Amino acid sequence: MSAIEIKNLTKVFEIDGDTVTALKGVSLNVEKGDIFGIIGMSGAGKSTLVRSINYLERPTEGSVFIDGVNLSELSPKALRKLRSRIGMIFQNFNLLEQKNVIDNVCFPLEISGVKKKDARVRARELLNLVGLSDKEKAYPSQLSGGQKQRVAIARALATDPEILLCDEATSALDPQTTAGVLGLIRKINEKLGITVVIITHQMSVVTDICRHVAIIDGGKLVEEGLVESIFSDPRSDAAKELLSGKQIKGVHRDSLEARRKIRIVFRENSAYEPVIANLILKVQSPVNILRADTRNVGGKAVGEMILGLPEDRSKQEEIIDELKKAGLSVKETEEDE
Amino acid sequence: MNESVIKMLIEGIGETLYMTFGSVIAGYIIGLPLGILLYVSGGKGLRPCKPVYKLIDFICNIIRSIPFLILLILLIPVTRAIVGQSYGSTATIVPLVVCAAPYIARVVESSLTDVDAGVIEAARAMGADNFQIITKVLLVEAKTSLMTGFTITTGLLLGYSAMSGTVGGGGLGDIAVRYGYYRWQTDIMIITVILLIVIFQIIQNTGTKLSAKLDHRKR
Repeated sequence: MSAIEIKNLTKVFEIDGDTVTALKGVSLNVEKGDIFGIIGMSGAGKSTLVRSINYLERPTEGSVFIDGVNLSELSPKALRKLRSRIGMIFQNFNLLEQKNVIDNVCFPLEISGVKKKDARVRARELLNLVGLSDKEKAYPSQLSGGQKQRVAIARALATDPEILLCDEATSALDPQTTAGVLGLIRKINEKLGITVVIITHQMSVVTDICRHVAIIDGGKLVEEGLVESIFSDPRSDAAKELLSGKQIKGVHRDSLEARRKIRIVFRENSAYEPVIANLILKVQSPVNILRADTRNVGGKAVGEMILGLPEDRSKQEEIIDELKKAGLSVKETEEDE
Repeated sequence: MNESVIKMLIEGIGETLYMTFGSVIAGYIIGLPLGILLYVSGGKGLRPCKPVYKLIDFICNIIRSIPFLILLILLIPVTRAIVGQSYGSTATIVPLVVCAAPYIARVVESSLTDVDAGVIEAARAMGADNFQIITKVLLVEAKTSLMTGFTITTGLLLGYSAMSGTVGGGGLGDIAVRYGYYRWQTDIMIITVILLIVIFQIIQNTGTKLSAKLDHRKR
């Protein structure tokens, strides 16, 4: 059984008499123990999607199942109980500013009626886990962004949840702190077996720790699968955009016809061979390297390169054939350098 | 200055403090729940309910639009029914509370509105119900702002209690009117004004210090 099952989810908001469709028929499954990324540009509907998982937003149509339980069939009380089994962290941390670190971590336990003494013991364990044992008495305003998010993670874990929802949890952090927080989330996933759902607009977050990814664009699910396969073979415009970090829509196709470009992705084996050098020697025609990059995808180094092809049509085909023969994934692209 | 005047002034201070704090406390007993209700039923509240909001909103606005001095006279029958007489410091508390409660409700509503929506969302995501959100999140996170509101309200009621002196309300205001105005004893008038200023300063400073001390947001 999937930890989370979303079926045909549609959410329509009514704002000042206007209706805005935030999500249109989204269906996806998140397996137990997975780290699942949901990525999209801002306004794509991903925040609404993650809030549907714990029913902070009630879907207009469709249903959400947690461990096979349909949330729409739960009483308000049962729903609140279920929410305590789903931890959530946020972009702005959302800590109680007037409570110190340990009281913040105890807070969800206080809500579920755990005795204060037991709550403290549990909170200390968690602060130890996130590496903030010495900050117990500090107030949120005395902490850095990374520390605040660690407190928020400890707080989210207090009630022993089976699922952790992360809503742009690293978007307010610098790259180094982001890496630390993501490392912690990975550790929690491995150590405690918690299913993690990560909402982000940063591709690097997805390639760093997610195993599966869903791409949301304009309220629709446009692509879904293993991170590795979407990274090497993106099909949707949204996926390509997120990978390149540039806008693709609205570019004139005819102007690109002349300077045909391809995106190639090196897997581990091909990364050791001088593929491009061999190619040029064989085809006897230069290619233009517009961009090259290596990324860490699920712990493996994966290289990507954007090549500008020569004008001769037959040479172009020859180059593409050669690259495919070398075992690389080749895809035409409209990305700019 | 003779002994009897000093004794009268001390009594006046006592009555003024009694009226001010008596009405603030009674005012909060009514106004705090009303303010919470305004926030909860308001458009961005925990459980928006337009009829409830509109009703409280309407009553608050009506009372707040009547000048205190007129309210004082209008309420004489009510005061007489509750306290048994319409003059003296206990009687003055009735119109003071009626005047303060809607004001307090507004101040409380505005304090609660300032609480970060994200924190409320986080509490809801943890499985908190509305009552827990009010008692454990809203009132806790808004405590500095609520304290500031309390101080402002107390200062306001100190002034209004003095105003009730014109209709025999007791306290320093009463002394100022009876001696300073009707008997032309300017020295007593000046002393009561100075005393009122001192009391006001003490209330305001204590309130400001207390709310700064309660605040853990910036250090």
